[in-house]
Amino acid sequence: MNLKNVRTIMRRELVGYFATPVAYVFIVIFLVMSSAFTFYLGGFYEREIADLEPFFRFHPWLYLFLVPAVGMRLWAEERKYGTVELLLTLPLTIGEAVLGKFLAAWLFVGLSLALTFPIWITVNILGNPDNGVIVAAYVGSWLMAGGMLAISEALSAVTRNQVVAFILSVVVCFGFLLSGLPMVLDLFRAWMPQVLLDGVANLSFLVHFNSISRGVIDLRDLVYFALVIGFWLLANRIVLELKKAD
Amino acid sequence: MLAARNLTRRFGTLLAVDDISFEVEPGTVLGFLGPNGAGKSTTMKMLTGFLSPTSGTAEVFGHDIRRDSVAARTMIGYLPEGAPLYGELTVSQLLQFIADARGFSGPERDRRVADAAARLELGGVMEQTIETLSKGFKRRVGLAQAILHDPPVLILDEPTDGLDPNQKQQVRHLIREMAPDKIIVISTHILEEVDALCSRAMIIARGRLLADDTPAGLLTRSRYHNAVTLHVDDPERSASRLGRLDEAREVEVRNARVTVFPSGRGNLFQAVSRLIEAEGWEVQQLQYEPGRLDEVFRTITREEAA
Repeated sequence: MNLKNVRTIMRRELVGYFATPVAYVFIVIFLVMSSAFTFYLGGFYEREIADLEPFFRFHPWLYLFLVPAVGMRLWAEERKYGTVELLLTLPLTIGEAVLGKFLAAWLFVGLSLALTFPIWITVNILGNPDNGVIVAAYVGSWLMAGGMLAISEALSAVTRNQVVAFILSVVVCFGFLLSGLPMVLDLFRAWMPQVLLDGVANLSFLVHFNSISRGVIDLRDLVYFALVIGFWLLANRIVLELKKAD
Repeated sequence: MLAARNLTRRFGTLLAVDDISFEVEPGTVLGFLGPNGAGKSTTMKMLTGFLSPTSGTAEVFGHDIRRDSVAARTMIGYLPEGAPLYGELTVSQLLQFIADARGFSGPERDRRVADAAARLELGGVMEQTIETLSKGFKRRVGLAQAILHDPPVLILDEPTDGLDPNQKQQVRHLIREMAPDKIIVISTHILEEVDALCSRAMIIARGRLLADDTPAGLLTRSRYHNAVTLHVDDPERSASRLGRLDEAREVEVRNARVTVFPSGRGNLFQAVSRLIEAEGWEVQQLQYEPGRLDEVFRTITREEAA
């Protein structure tokens, strides 16, 4: 893995984001929606508690639609327009291309997340929040976005149709979000041994995100997200290897 | 040296490329000729390492395209079919990306980008986004990215497709200019291009290599090779007279055109000229036929079908 190649791919992707309206639309929608959820659904003022819980609470649901929207084009577009042939005949490996694209998208989502800083300032003006918890929640939110992005990027390599990639990604991300909830677990309970059931429950983004956003950055949660991202990036490499020339 | 060794590729039940082998030395412009869907592009995709062969392999100056793929790819410049490019980037951004990916940095990178842009005359459009460019310009950007690192091997899939006659001329000029010290492989279905550009031509149909020859060598396979065609006022009478020439094997009349095919004895063209003079025919046109590539192409690709 040559990091210089990863950086080259990453830079090209980021230039591409900001050359089209995609980046600006995403950032604006993300900021508007996250604020709307915080103030209207989350009851930010009415709670009279100086924290960002109502802000972070809705991130999983916001990401569920916005992250696949970022991820759907990563490979589907390359395959549709044939640029994948240009990219993968350059002297770099598929792994470097997959990682470069992932990091670009992840940085981009991170930038959108960072641009929500006014709400952090607001809550500090209004009261004395525990800023450690807020930092942890930001990290957790970004990690969760990374997990969903890795899923979306891999599924984007499955098809050259972006709409199909989007829908597949939403469904799989939804499964990963909810796998800790009874709704999903009941599906497996009847026939799955308890050990596996716990495994399924532990796959949940929500469980790990909530655990981090309470202010405790547990190594297990970090490892979980690292594994999810790593697994899907690896899957991406394999899918791409098989499908790139179809 | 570029070598294909028993390259074979299946897509499901379709045998797209069937056991193709060849070797090309520097200084060669090799033309892949073939009907659409013949396997030209698939072969090129395997030579560039984009597509894995079902069996067989290719080698670029000793680097195996399967086992040593990245090293092989550094020596290749590739223009994929249709010249796909990142439409949202400007020409300058795209070429810089390619230069980065090819491992250039600093002033060397800027020099490479400027040089490639100059060779394809892209100076005026460097800051335009690629999707706003005309087809001709897009093709030239595609060529610029392929030659940017001055590779010893250039693989160009239909480099002049969709260009106007002036642009075609320009691209051919560029290829000829680079030809002496490089291996250049182009695919085309424009036959005159083979004659104008290539020092070696391969005819591919249904995935199989059917002919591998110089363009002149291919022409000798034409039944028109060394034939003479003339336009005269009374074709029928002239035809019967021409048919009695010792140098003529066969005479064909089509409208006002008479074509005489050589028997292989003596010089047919001279014999026909002498006869015209002796008989005092009014000849509007007299033409020596080096051979017809389209006819050779049709014969070879059809034989295969039959």
